[in-house]
Amino acid sequence: MSGGSERRRIRTYHEVADPGAESVVGQVVEQRRRLRERLAGVGRLVAVGSGKGGVGKSAISANVAAALAASGRAVGALDADLDGPSLARMLGARGGLARGDSGFRPARGAAGVGVVSMDLLVAEGAPVRWRGPEEHRFAWQSVIETGALREFLSDVEWGALDVLVLDLPPGTEKLARLIDLVGSPDAVLIVTTPSEAARHVVAKSARFLEDAGVREVGLVANMATWSCPHCGVAEPLFAADGARRLARDSGLELWAEVPFDPRIAADTDEGMPIVLSAPERPAARSLAALAERVAAP
Amino acid sequence: MKFLCIGCDAVMDYVERRLPGDGTMAVVYACPACGKETAMLANPMETRLVSGLGIEVGGRSVPPEPLELVRSSVEGLEERAEGVAEAAPPRPGGVRWSEDARERLMAVPSFVRGMVKRIYGEYAAERGIEEITPEIMDRARSELGLEGM
Repeated sequence: MSGGSERRRIRTYHEVADPGAESVVGQVVEQRRRLRERLAGVGRLVAVGSGKGGVGKSAISANVAAALAASGRAVGALDADLDGPSLARMLGARGGLARGDSGFRPARGAAGVGVVSMDLLVAEGAPVRWRGPEEHRFAWQSVIETGALREFLSDVEWGALDVLVLDLPPGTEKLARLIDLVGSPDAVLIVTTPSEAARHVVAKSARFLEDAGVREVGLVANMATWSCPHCGVAEPLFAADGARRLARDSGLELWAEVPFDPRIAADTDEGMPIVLSAPERPAARSLAALAERVAAP
Repeated sequence: MKFLCIGCDAVMDYVERRLPGDGTMAVVYACPACGKETAMLANPMETRLVSGLGIEVGGRSVPPEPLELVRSSVEGLEERAEGVAEAAPPRPGGVRWSEDARERLMAVPSFVRGMVKRIYGEYAAERGIEEITPEIMDRARSELGLEGM
């Protein structure tokens, strides 16, 4: 800038060719190439997400993965909830991740599901603490978490999989991060409960996915009904019918209505999803049917 | 990010990157026409942002290791991941660290320690060095331009 009448011309970023900057771009391109190469062996990438927390995403993910593996498919499950990982425990995967020739190997969980989770890396009971300056933590942590998700996808020897299930943390922006990294997944399961509060929040995720052009989006109503253990009659668990209303309003297909069953939580706490431990129960049947829907669009 | 010498209208060349050890970063650029140098100084947050992208300004000196970012970014993970790695078959070119070299490594900020350790390890492995000592670290630092590590 000058005080005179003529302003000197400074070339813009795009007008300047700079091999130095290109080396940075080249590193990003190389990251993307590795990611693409690794995911080339994955038949279907299925994300399980929700704008709302506490609706049972991880239990749905664990059961879908286990049901698919039990049917003879090669299945991987990635716990993308880096700060609150639970998928490894739910699938009964223990220990760490062993080093392979081209990355880390997934741990084996129920029915042979290959599992990767931060839980398999941090010490038992230890919280995930990200290293870095306290100042502006929100800014750099978000970048690092996205980078960590990229590494969990590209630096793991997933091998040839029929389905890779990604259990995302709550929040619509987590879906956006995933799409930034890998493009549109083959399918996204949006998990909700029939409550109005959940419907309100999850509707935003549905809208986002529609805007992002994700072609296969299935709505999963968790804890939809409760069955009397004595007479077997199923009753709605919530007064509201938010999931069906959401399906109606958004045009999303309701892929499953999973009845409430205390054994879902009890069995996943033991590392044995209900689709394996009690496949005859209505909740297990609903989850197994959902898994088939996920695998065969 | 690109650096332009306005007087010469020339793109400045990357010269070196320095990590002084306090979480900040300095990257030096020079004009190929007039030789004028300038340093870009990044604060700890900016430095962390760059490392979070998994890239190195000026280009990578060594290829990335699997889960490099994860292992260097979560407290306690580097040590645990090393335990896992030790349980695996030894990798070709594995090197030992002398006690005083380990002590010096611990002075490096924890969130970049994993990366620094890997760089020294690969430097030694490539040259057939069996044990990393402070002298080896000095030599590597000088040859690789790793001042501050």
